[in-house]
Amino acid sequence: MSVIYILWLRQMKRYFRSRARIIGALGQPLLYLFALGFGFGAVFERAGEGNYLQFLVPGIIAMSILFTSMFNGLEIIWDRQFGFLKETLVAPVSRVQIMLGRTLGGATVAVFQGMIILAISFLIGFRLANPLAMPAALVFMFLIATLFTALGTAIASLLDDMQGFQLIMNFLVMPLFFLSGALFPLKDLPVAVSVIVRLNPLSYGVDGLRGALIGLFQLGIWANFAVLAASSLILVMIGAYLFSKIQV
Amino acid sequence: MSETEMTGEAIIEVTELTKKYGDLTAVDCVSFTVRRGEIFAFLGPNGAGKTTTIKMLTTLLAPTGGAIRLNGYDPVREQDAVRRSFGIVFQDPSLDNELTAYENMVFHAVLFRIPPQLRKERIKALLELVQLWERKDEQVKKFSGGMKRRLEIARGLLHLPQILFLDEPTLGLDPQTRHLLWEHIRELNKKEQITVFLTTHIMEEAERVAGTVAVIDHGKIIDQGSPGALAERTGTASLEEAFLALTGKAIREEEPESANIMLKRMFRGRW
Repeated sequence: MSVIYILWLRQMKRYFRSRARIIGALGQPLLYLFALGFGFGAVFERAGEGNYLQFLVPGIIAMSILFTSMFNGLEIIWDRQFGFLKETLVAPVSRVQIMLGRTLGGATVAVFQGMIILAISFLIGFRLANPLAMPAALVFMFLIATLFTALGTAIASLLDDMQGFQLIMNFLVMPLFFLSGALFPLKDLPVAVSVIVRLNPLSYGVDGLRGALIGLFQLGIWANFAVLAASSLILVMIGAYLFSKIQV
Repeated sequence: MSETEMTGEAIIEVTELTKKYGDLTAVDCVSFTVRRGEIFAFLGPNGAGKTTTIKMLTTLLAPTGGAIRLNGYDPVREQDAVRRSFGIVFQDPSLDNELTAYENMVFHAVLFRIPPQLRKERIKALLELVQLWERKDEQVKKFSGGMKRRLEIARGLLHLPQILFLDEPTLGLDPQTRHLLWEHIRELNKKEQITVFLTTHIMEEAERVAGTVAVIDHGKIIDQGSPGALAERTGTASLEEAFLALTGKAIREEEPESANIMLKRMFRGRW
């Protein structure tokens, strides 16, 4: 068993043992899915854009992955306050390995949360455009998860209390979500919004996921993949660097 | 315990160790030697620099100046070798409460790359030693403070360290558990020849178990020797009185941990 694997396994065990957390983390995405999906459905359809639920589901999956990923950062702060982080930091393994193990674990948990949303969406009438594109959807889910788990790790490495992290969640996570095209189509947007959306890496995750699930790409599959992969890589490196500088 | 092996070879050698946070000197030119196989108690009031010193010895903090040799290695340049040389029980519990006792042990074993077969044997032996084998599959969050502490000691010993660091190991435990814990520690020290480096507030405990004590205050070592020698030098009857004679009777306010971290941050120029 390698070091990265045992760190990943720890996250899995913690995840599957806390049913409250799994269900709690579903609340907000499901509220958006039901309230917006059914609330705006009629208007969206009248505007000639087709079925809003179909359009919205990939956005909500991305949302739940974004939230769960970023919350992994909170776990680092938690581990730091409650001492477990020290146990890993006095072991003869590199900090980079610890960070990679945690990031992989956190990303896997986030993908699971996204899969639960997808499963619930099927129950309320969501349909895949092409089931064969499911592996591509998984790739995009995993990239979104890695990107934002690494971002959460980077931020958590700089902070040491939960309050500070809450602040970041509100001023970073919500804007990332609302300005990602998760909820609305990208065409005919005001220039400013259009520019911001294109600077937001989550937009490429949402678009990639939407392309894979319902066959609608607005930014292009390869652009999506390239931007996501590159930003994930950069953030993993930044996250690993900042994590290795943590002092306890 | 007067049968101290003052002649044994040095396993920890600290020379003029210093740690500064900006203008604040937490540890000021501290020197001491711990001999192989002894129980060494590091005493001092709150905020005297005990925990900072332990952090530097255990690779968690880089010193500002001075030198450390631990089991022949340098904690700054030979981190992994140093980390394999010691086990540690931190002041605050550092177990994963969601995992079981056994899983906590396995996690540690994997981090220290102990091969699977050996891992099983050692975990069993150690959990039996601290009387937790029957409850190995329970989540740690269901354990009492004393059980957690025992589990941490077992975990700290899993990779067969030569030195065991115990930072306030009996904090918050009832007298029965404290007594049992010291019995364990003394036995380990005798049977396995493990060197024990401990900090405590409870002077009778240090007096009872430690061969050598060092008293640190305001970041400086003010006296060291056997508990008896300290009492003799200060003309007092017990280590507690000697301690008060050396450090004074004024109450110390411990600097809150978060303020400490904030200071570190500021001086690293991050915020």
